[in-house]
Amino acid sequence: MKRLPNNRTLALVGVLIPLFALFIYVALRSGPLAVTAVENRALSPALFGIGTVETRYTYKIGPTVAGRIKTVNVHVGDTIAAGQLLGEMDPVDLDDRIKAQQATLRQKEADLLAAEAGIREATARQTYAAAQAHRYEQLLSTHAVSEESVEARQQERQVTEASLAASLANRDAGQQELAGIRAELAGLREQRANLRLVAPVDGLLVARHADPGTTMVAGQAVVEMIDPASLWINVRFDQLRADGLRPGLPARIVLRSRAGQQLAGQVLRVEPLADAVTEETLAKVIFTDLPQSLPPLGELAEVTLSLAELPPAPALPNAALHRVNGQLGVWLIPDHTPRFAPVKTGAADLDGLVQILDGVQTGEPVVLYSQRALKAGSRIKIVHRLPGVAP
Amino acid sequence: MISLAGRDILHAWGKFVLTSVGLGRLIGVTLTMAGVYRGMVDDARVLLDNSGADFWVVQQDTLGPYAESSSLYDDLYRGILSMAGVARAANVTYLTMQVRRGEGDVRAMVVGVVPGGPGEPGQPGYLVAGRHITRSHYEAVADAATGLKIGEQIKIRRNQYTVVGLTRRMVSSNGDPMVFIPLKDAQEAQFLKDNDTIVQQRRRTAANPAFNRPGVPDLLEAVIASQSANPYVNAVLVQIKPGYAPEEVAGSIRRWQRLQVYTRAQMEKILVGKLIATSARQNGMFLVILAMVSAAVVAFIIYTLTMGKIREIAVLKLIGTRNRTIAAMILQQAVGLGVIGFVVGKIVATFWAPFFPKYVLLEPGDAARGFGAVVVICILASVLAIRTALKVDPAEAIGG
Repeated sequence: MKRLPNNRTLALVGVLIPLFALFIYVALRSGPLAVTAVENRALSPALFGIGTVETRYTYKIGPTVAGRIKTVNVHVGDTIAAGQLLGEMDPVDLDDRIKAQQATLRQKEADLLAAEAGIREATARQTYAAAQAHRYEQLLSTHAVSEESVEARQQERQVTEASLAASLANRDAGQQELAGIRAELAGLREQRANLRLVAPVDGLLVARHADPGTTMVAGQAVVEMIDPASLWINVRFDQLRADGLRPGLPARIVLRSRAGQQLAGQVLRVEPLADAVTEETLAKVIFTDLPQSLPPLGELAEVTLSLAELPPAPALPNAALHRVNGQLGVWLIPDHTPRFAPVKTGAADLDGLVQILDGVQTGEPVVLYSQRALKAGSRIKIVHRLPGVAP
Repeated sequence: MISLAGRDILHAWGKFVLTSVGLGRLIGVTLTMAGVYRGMVDDARVLLDNSGADFWVVQQDTLGPYAESSSLYDDLYRGILSMAGVARAANVTYLTMQVRRGEGDVRAMVVGVVPGGPGEPGQPGYLVAGRHITRSHYEAVADAATGLKIGEQIKIRRNQYTVVGLTRRMVSSNGDPMVFIPLKDAQEAQFLKDNDTIVQQRRRTAANPAFNRPGVPDLLEAVIASQSANPYVNAVLVQIKPGYAPEEVAGSIRRWQRLQVYTRAQMEKILVGKLIATSARQNGMFLVILAMVSAAVVAFIIYTLTMGKIREIAVLKLIGTRNRTIAAMILQQAVGLGVIGFVVGKIVATFWAPFFPKYVLLEPGDAARGFGAVVVICILASVLAIRTALKVDPAEAIGG
């Protein structure tokens, strides 16, 4: 009689004890965390920025006065030689004005010839009148002629002298007029030449903003050309992470269209003017070797600049750093209970390693990952890798 | 003295244990329901904790950035930084969206943070794998609940991001896991239209004679450039220097910067009291009904158990057992059933809680209250059974 209940009791206890054990386990679980040790590592810090492909030299070619386009001879993508005629503005009445000036010029040239003939005539008259006057003066000394007729000859001489002077002045005026008209004609021709849109350098045509018939204001570009050899990247670095940026740094450039392909380059210059609105520092990065097929202007590029490698120093992954009560530090785990230790950090690299200048010793274990926020003295369990996290 | 209840349980212990386990599952569901509500509140709290802020500076007259949309110029933080008592201030943007991942997508709250380093406001706190963001573009730290892995590529709007770190319990007040990306990318993501829209917008602007004037050739370009910039953020997270009263610093920002400022307590009130209030009440209603149903089921089980041995009780009465002993037997059984049921319920709730898509927080306090409620319900339920048992006619033992 006594054995049966005992068996049953045992069975019931056999069920209930694991149940309560499970209950206690469930109620008192502790947070797992992974640790790492402070290690001496040589950090190679780097800077990361993004930028757009641009050119150093862009030429915007257009009329200097308002007008209508007559012809545009080139298309986007054309290779242009220096001095090539790219297009022309409509001269309106300029050609007619040149013709009119030319006619005036010819007329004035003829006038000048006439003036010179007038001089010759006046000279002949004056020579004759002077000879006559001289002759009559000699005859007067022998009283062969009257004094009155001598005076008449003298007057004639004076008149012809004046006439000659007038003719000479006439010719001078004609010459001046002719020079003026010539200058005016040259000016008109210059204006005419100015309506021709000519390439200033060798280059590549990248934009054709207007077609024949379009009216342009002074200074508006009809076509745009670039010097393809002067391609560079205008890179923007967040000012928070631009320490160490200087000209000459080697750069790795990844164009958005060619992800996975790294191009070499270097920093040409750091712009003295930063962008105050976006809080970025700007720099120009040039390609060491220009890519075979040119990237389009405006394409996005990621640029990584390698700074000099630092000597080995204690370093930690940045996931270990936390701010507690306004202090930056790490969680140490002496005797399996977390304790917060403030640290001083130094340089950091793009792989997330941060130099630790002060606060922890090399080799000291530090909490790296945790499932929940730690408090001094929380219950912990150290694991190799946190559960549920794929490697 | 022999324990009548113990003997009776041992007599049919299999049935008793099975009934307890069944009841336990019901209690487990009730506990889980409470956990769902607690999880909801906790989601709101961790959202505030994880932001690492002492207070939130948002657009005037809004309840932003979580309960309402708020938009501030992204250079306002400089002015805030210069206020007395402010230790750190950082811009932040929030945008709930589908993050593209390979062929599919995953719902997430994309948080734009200033990549200033660990411990800055807005930064993800504790990681479970990987590292923090170090580049100012195209890196992401995701919550493990998104199912993303380190090194995986995700797409937000038109940009590809590499997952470099994983967090746990970084969720929005809706329970959507967070994905942290650098602020500038997030500003772009928040604002950037699809390419078709951008092209259409440019065309529309070009067709507007006010913007495309023949005499002012550069005006159109300037207008388009200004249309495609986004100098806005949703909030500025502020940490204060030790020794300053949060309310004082918040007051001076409110007064001089003409912005709305919420302290931690106010923000919690907004989140818990307004944002999740309806769903929390919905949940609470369900919890009440579930508790009532559980109580009815417990009462019914105990009543049935007692009815099942009505003949034995009649025999007991026949041999002159005192009423008190019979009542104690039923009561002890009921409480025993409740205790085992509670233990089973707590265990199953703990084990199935992680499989819920949203966070289920099982608080020890809730468990203790649940235990008390179960015991009380069991006692109340046994009253009915005891009444029936005491009314039984001893003659039934030999009759029928």
